[in-house]
Amino acid sequence: MKELSEINLPDDLRYAESHEWAKSAGDTLKIGITDYAQDQLGDIVFVELPDVGDSFEKGEEFGTVESVKAVSELYMPVGGEVVAVNSVLEDSPELVNNSPYSDGWMIEVKPDNPSEMDDLLTGDAYLEKLKG
Amino acid sequence: MTDFPGTTGLIFNEPLLWEKGKKGRTGFSLPRRDVASYPLDESITGDGPDFPDLSEVDVIRHYIRLSQWNFSVDSGMYPLGSCTMKYNPKTNERQASHPGFAGAHPLLPPHLSQGILQLMFELEKFLVEITGMDAASLQPAAGAHGELAGMLLFHAYHKSKGTPRSKIIVPDTAHGTNPASAALCGYKPVPIKSNEQGVLAPKDVAQVMDEETAGIMVTNPNTLGLFEENVKAIADIVHAKDGLVYCDGANMNAVMGIVHMGDIGIDVLHLNLHKTFSSPHGGGGPGSGPVCVRNQLEPFLPVPRVIQKDGHYLLSIDFPQSIGKLHAFCGNVGVLIRAYSYVASMGAENLKKASQLAVLNANYIKEKLRGTFHLAYDRPCMHECVFSDKYQQIHKVTTLDMVKRLMDYGFHPPTIYFPLVVPGAIMIEPTETESKENIDLFIDSMNAIANEAKENPDLLREAPKSAKRRRLDETAAARKPCLRG
Repeated sequence: MKELSEINLPDDLRYAESHEWAKSAGDTLKIGITDYAQDQLGDIVFVELPDVGDSFEKGEEFGTVESVKAVSELYMPVGGEVVAVNSVLEDSPELVNNSPYSDGWMIEVKPDNPSEMDDLLTGDAYLEKLKG
Repeated sequence: MTDFPGTTGLIFNEPLLWEKGKKGRTGFSLPRRDVASYPLDESITGDGPDFPDLSEVDVIRHYIRLSQWNFSVDSGMYPLGSCTMKYNPKTNERQASHPGFAGAHPLLPPHLSQGILQLMFELEKFLVEITGMDAASLQPAAGAHGELAGMLLFHAYHKSKGTPRSKIIVPDTAHGTNPASAALCGYKPVPIKSNEQGVLAPKDVAQVMDEETAGIMVTNPNTLGLFEENVKAIADIVHAKDGLVYCDGANMNAVMGIVHMGDIGIDVLHLNLHKTFSSPHGGGGPGSGPVCVRNQLEPFLPVPRVIQKDGHYLLSIDFPQSIGKLHAFCGNVGVLIRAYSYVASMGAENLKKASQLAVLNANYIKEKLRGTFHLAYDRPCMHECVFSDKYQQIHKVTTLDMVKRLMDYGFHPPTIYFPLVVPGAIMIEPTETESKENIDLFIDSMNAIANEAKENPDLLREAPKSAKRRRLDETAAARKPCLRG
């Protein structure tokens, strides 16, 4: 378990209070879960992701992540259509623990409303929320 | 120095039986053949199955050794409580093994099965009296099956009124199987949150209850071990819109003979005989999850039902509004016999006392360990209390590490990481059967572990140290399961 000061929160990402991150990649966004989320969940053993072509609204459940402790829902930080999923996670769910912001990404989304990104938290603001 | 039950000792290795056998060894002798030998048809002859040849002592030692690797409620305290299995009095086993019961065949006609039919008829009456409901069905095979039965009863009720409904309210402190059972019946589960006291607030129910909603599924006492004290007000809100109230009675261990479920507005209640009524169910079954209902739902109960006619017991399917059959024959009858034995040998006063002691024991642990461990909800609990690892996080010690260490002290770990509404939950249910001395030893162990968390956290991370198997790699087991030998 990490101290809050040890949580890695890169500046070029935006964060949701439900512990997902989103990163702008041109017209699309990549989405995953934060370093804090993976640390709290512990060893992740299964990631269930949607199909390419599925659409979800902001805040809607798009999948689940299962750790040795529990199954948790994944929520859309912004609404949009899924254009790619990280199918490598099917066989290597540990990537979410090892590199939550790079190889452990989960889905790529074409946002319905790109300005929804602005409603998400900066790394500093997310950290403040974690401190409660 | 406290003498904890856990110690190191000689643990025997034991290979698989297949590695142990030796050609020609045997554990029994067949009687001398007294008929002429007759050649078998070639189509059914050939090599036999690959079974090892073993002597009696090989087999006895094999299973005794395996049993010694195990932790059981017969060898020590199991703070998982009735959630897994409370202590099962041995008289229940004795009654169930009577040849009249053990040898009864479900296809025997009723006039040759009077004893077992009478037992089922009377058990229904017992359960109805204990819960304060009006009628019962013993068919469902376990808790979730009881929930399914309950949802089918909801549906049959609204359908009979010509207005089937589509949604069910399920609070976050309900058992996880509740929304699944509702969804299996085609209902859309509508989740609502418990309040800061860990129980449901009537206003939150009123907000979502409408004419499209068939009712609510409440677990009471809930999964936080708290009594849903607003249940009557909630039932009134649901009933005002002609909805029904389902109570998941998995935690009935806390309120036997104390809460009159009918009076607080419950329409359907399931019981776990394999928990509250002390039937063993380790390793996944068989269980038994009878449903108890109020009068207005009785016509819909599953068939066949045991009825009494001219002093005889019969199985009747003559209930035209019934939801039908839910289980082969009459349910898991072996479990029913044990539950009947438990109820009959305890008697009304002692069943009530069992619940009172279960609640007293849990509150005793809660008061003794508060301060050492973070108490998720600081209020009187029912038969279980919920702590978390919040105070131990600064030592980077988790709930998992602490309960693994508990094994070294000679106790089975309690339920962990459940209920989900408490991060790092440690849910302790001592049950009514543990003596104060045993409970004090458990408390001393938990205190000792909290000290170790401060002074020697690595000891906890490496625990258990004295068990046959050290810390198992649960991650690898889940990621790369090996499902065959």
